[in-house]
Amino acid sequence: MEPILLRAEHETNSKALTTSLKLGGYSALKKALIMNPEDIREEVKKSGLRGRGGAGFPTGVKWGFVPQDLPKPKYLICNADESEPGTFKDRKLIHTDPHMLIEGIIISSYAINAHTAYIYIRGEFYEEVQILEQAIAEAYKKHYLGKNILKTGYDLDVYVHRGAGAYICGEETALMESIEGKRGQPRLKPPFPAVVGLFGCPTVINNVETLACVPHIIERGADWFASIGRPRNTGPKLFCVSGHVNRPGVYELPLSVTYREIIEKHCGGVRDGKKLKGFIPGGSSAPVLPASAIDIKADFDSVAEAGSMFGSGALIVLDETTDMVWLLENLLTFYTHESCGQCTPCREGGNWALEIVRRIRRGYGRPEDLETLERISQFASRGMTLCPLGDAFCGPITGVLTHFRGEFEQAIAKAKPLPKKKLPALPVRSGRGTFGM
Amino acid sequence: MSIAHTQPLTMTPPEMLRDVHFDGEMEKKISALLRRYPTKQAALLPVLWLCQERWGWLPASVLQAVAKRLELSPAFVEGVTTFYTMYNTQPTGKYLVQVCTTLSCQLCGASGLTAHLKERLGIDSGETTPDGRFTLLGVQCLGACGEGPVVQINNDYYTNVTVEMLDQILDELPE
Ligand SMILES: Cc1cc2nc3c(=O)[nH]c(=O)nc-3n(C[C@H](O)[C@H](O)[C@H](O)COP(=O)(O)O)c2cc1C
Ligand code: SF4
Ligand code: FES
Repeated sequence: MEPILLRAEHETNSKALTTSLKLGGYSALKKALIMNPEDIREEVKKSGLRGRGGAGFPTGVKWGFVPQDLPKPKYLICNADESEPGTFKDRKLIHTDPHMLIEGIIISSYAINAHTAYIYIRGEFYEEVQILEQAIAEAYKKHYLGKNILKTGYDLDVYVHRGAGAYICGEETALMESIEGKRGQPRLKPPFPAVVGLFGCPTVINNVETLACVPHIIERGADWFASIGRPRNTGPKLFCVSGHVNRPGVYELPLSVTYREIIEKHCGGVRDGKKLKGFIPGGSSAPVLPASAIDIKADFDSVAEAGSMFGSGALIVLDETTDMVWLLENLLTFYTHESCGQCTPCREGGNWALEIVRRIRRGYGRPEDLETLERISQFASRGMTLCPLGDAFCGPITGVLTHFRGEFEQAIAKAKPLPKKKLPALPVRSGRGTFGM
Repeated sequence: MSIAHTQPLTMTPPEMLRDVHFDGEMEKKISALLRRYPTKQAALLPVLWLCQERWGWLPASVLQAVAKRLELSPAFVEGVTTFYTMYNTQPTGKYLVQVCTTLSCQLCGASGLTAHLKERLGIDSGETTPDGRFTLLGVQCLGACGEGPVVQINNDYYTNVTVEMLDQILDELPE
């Protein structure tokens, strides 16, 4: 496939406006601003574009939920929080072609009649904040932003809002709280952001990669976009590959290529000639799949059928040496650290699961542990919590217990009885808000 | 060839932060931030960033000044500040060395880096060397997993880091 989202990847000075213009940047904007906003929404709906931030919700449909007759301002938010472990495509996109993102933001804002857009970016991405600020300044100068854009009468301001270290702020309602100057704690839904979002106003929130697709849909048409991939899973996708492969990185490929093609052809296979043990297909909250699943298609529907989640398209490759008990401990450490603490099943359940897995790893597992872990993952997922972070820490538990249960059983079979003396205290997690960890 | 490209942080000593006022330049920046949002409260995160850049860290006196300026209660501002891990309510060393401890980096050998740093600096995660030069911190995924192991020093990312590189970086960092 010809590069689309990464078309500027090999340009020297790819971030500059001049480079963007040379490659066709902002020509979709000129086309869009003389279209009817409703027609843009229709075109995006027809393209089949599904959100690239994790949930895979159809973008055009989401835009359609915004009530157009409410006498309130509307907002567009670009989600550049990029914190799901294994995901690093938005950073790549910002480094490669910040103007593609800005063009996408302008067209999308116009499509929902928003006059203010915020880019929420994770606090660690300091360099990327500078890149975006610079690109935004260039766009203002060229009248792509500001008042009366390209003399069409449309006004839009774009601001970068920098987070400050909190994975949960990637969740859309926590993100809105964070822009409003509060602790990043998710809101109860409904009401949904499309109706009551940022500052109580109708708000659309989309991922960086989702928004970067929009100019191409407008420029080349919904049918062209839908011809990439397969029905319900259309368009180009940025796959982030990390872990035990020879060539990790971001690869732009059509949705629905197989994992075999990604791992073996594009990434040069498993590192050091080792055998594949399994892979995590959609960011660390997606249940791990065994090596035998390598021929499934990398898209929303195939991965869901295989019992996992396509998520952000982040692929973490695991070779035969990977210790699954260790892996689960590592991921649970992440999710408990990032729990915002509002819901008991997530705050306490995550910690409880982590303590059990730590105990198993230290050689003190008990026969009933696996059942307890399963019970925890039942009551902390599927709508039992305010936001899907509950599901996010249960995904890894379900994955390893489905496909690699033997490893846990072996560890437990070899376990020593608990010593009479109390075990030395486990390192305490630093929940939200303490310095150090 | 040198690989370190990070400037040191400057921590304003606590005794100079007993009474915090925003000077003209800070005031100008705060006003510009306020124009971006329909509420004063929404400027809280960016104003905290501004203060951390200016004074190096965020003692209670700074939080009180921010609260007053944005018409919020000091308790609310403290609650928000301590929710986010990147706002430092304690001074750090000149170099805040943050090693990613999450899966992809670990698969590529990040635990060796942490062990090496602990030994070389003689401190544990969350601690600062007695000379105030380095603070070591294990952090969660930094969003650059394909180039792991990743280490962030102050605002800068270092990728595909090895023990040898790390030693070179620490040697090269300016006073
Ligand atoms: C715990 C959690 C973390 C999330 N983190 C991110 C993130 O870092 N980036 C992102 O784009 N979406 C993230 N999401 C998904 C967002 O809530 C939201 O669905 C998405 O930004 C919508 O954009 P899209 O429709 O374009 O995918 C996260 C969701 C949850 C529950
Ligand atoms: S599920 Fe976890 S992160 Fe989400 S709102 Fe509840 S406690 Fe917070
Ligand atoms: S796991 Fe280290 S940067 Fe993502």
